[in-house]
Amino acid sequence: MYTEKVMDHFLNPRNMGEIQDADAVGEVGNAKCGDIMKMYLKIDNNVITDIKFKTFGCASAIATSSIATEMIKGKSIDEALQLTNKAVVEALDGLPAHKIHCSVLAEQAVKAAIADYYRKQGIDPEPIVGKLTEADHH
Amino acid sequence: MKRFIYADNAATTKLSDTVLESMMPYLKEEFGNPSSLYELGSRAKTAIERSREQVADALGALPREIYFTSGGSESDNWAIFGAANAMRQKGKTHIISTKIEHHAVLHALEALEKQGFEVTYLDVPGDGIVRTEDFERAITDKTGFATIMYANNEIGTIQPIPEIGKICRDRGIIFHTDAVQAVGNLHINVKEQNIDLLSLSAHKFHGPKGVGALYIRSGVRIPNYIYGGAQERGRRAGTENTAGIVGLGTAITEAVASIDKKAEYLTKLRDYIIGGVLKNIQRSRLNGHPVKRLPGNINFSFEGIEGESLLLLLDQKGICASSGSACTSGSLDPSHVLLSIGLPHEIAHGSLRLTLGEDNTFEDADYILSVLPPIVQRLRDMSPLWEKIKNEN
Repeated sequence: MYTEKVMDHFLNPRNMGEIQDADAVGEVGNAKCGDIMKMYLKIDNNVITDIKFKTFGCASAIATSSIATEMIKGKSIDEALQLTNKAVVEALDGLPAHKIHCSVLAEQAVKAAIADYYRKQGIDPEPIVGKLTEADHH
Repeated sequence: MKRFIYADNAATTKLSDTVLESMMPYLKEEFGNPSSLYELGSRAKTAIERSREQVADALGALPREIYFTSGGSESDNWAIFGAANAMRQKGKTHIISTKIEHHAVLHALEALEKQGFEVTYLDVPGDGIVRTEDFERAITDKTGFATIMYANNEIGTIQPIPEIGKICRDRGIIFHTDAVQAVGNLHINVKEQNIDLLSLSAHKFHGPKGVGALYIRSGVRIPNYIYGGAQERGRRAGTENTAGIVGLGTAITEAVASIDKKAEYLTKLRDYIIGGVLKNIQRSRLNGHPVKRLPGNINFSFEGIEGESLLLLLDQKGICASSGSACTSGSLDPSHVLLSIGLPHEIAHGSLRLTLGEDNTFEDADYILSVLPPIVQRLRDMSPLWEKIKNEN
């Protein structure tokens, strides 16, 4: 059902954990639907210098979070905002159709964290990050 | 060598060696069409009739009350659509069932609702057992049919079938039970228990897949299911699956003969695992009645984690199990059974079903007890939901 890449990221998640003094934290999803993703960012000079995630959910939710953190670590905020769910799916060599929402959630989690960063700076994130459709994956 | 523990016997069971042996001739030299007149055909026919007797004996029925089908779902569909048709002719339009039935029953009933039937789906309390008082209260003068499962496939709870059978018989209600999980695990006697229709499936008790039976009590008139030749006395046409039917006969005889021994062993093994898990994993719970459940059925919920991840990690350790999580079924909601017994969605997502068989050993149980807690912990360490649960306390 899952590709080797998905299984690898599920079994050996990259950047899993928390950042105690994170500059930004984003959380999307809800327990009722069975998946929650939380991302912690350290941002220095507009660059994401560190990133960690925590995820409650199925294997693909864990794998999409893991690969998304890998894809944006060391990147600028602008580059991170370009991350699409499609790119996440491609990086994992595909996801089953009913698991695509997990990749959407991963994209949203990154955006939610960046929005939090702007909000903390007193900047309205919406014109930059766009409107976050609160994990409307079902 | 990697360990392999099969603990998903409610999904299917391993074909028994004696069952396979009994089937082999009918897959090879005894290939005749049971409807053919020559000896090759009539030997196949004889084998089918022997199997019919074996199934009848196992249920306390008469051979002519047993009809072979392709399995549990077909038997359920035949029983339900058949009984609905029969009751409509008597002006009855109300059916009673429960919220914890198998989808083969629930979806058939939903189709009947679209045809104008009214269905009451009884709630079950937290222990997962339907109450006879609730059943009696649901009966109206329009009630013509009831379908209640013998034992639940997810949480293993055993329903009060003889009691409900008695009520139905007294009130002239046709009574069907989906006994797919119960046959071979519990003592069933359709006469003593006042059952009119009963569904069973061979692969749940070490028989082959693709074959089952429907018991139709003599005197209960429901329409034929498949039109065609004279097979199954014209009620379910189509050239018989001879080898499968023979396998069903062998399997049910074998299974019924060992019910008590198997139940005694599996109950011990089950309670050993339940005790170990509840003791060693915090915020875990057993779903369904602790005692009135199938001997091999275990169903846990672990707060803060999701079932599919759990299953995949168990698979990495060689353990085959199942879950009521939405992610494993491809649907949006977690198991309707777990929601029916009052579990919130997030806890239902974190469920694990282990269904044991005679092949499982106490060594297997110790292995499960050693690998499960660290796997749950590993997922909890990853889970922001667990973080919240922890902080609330």
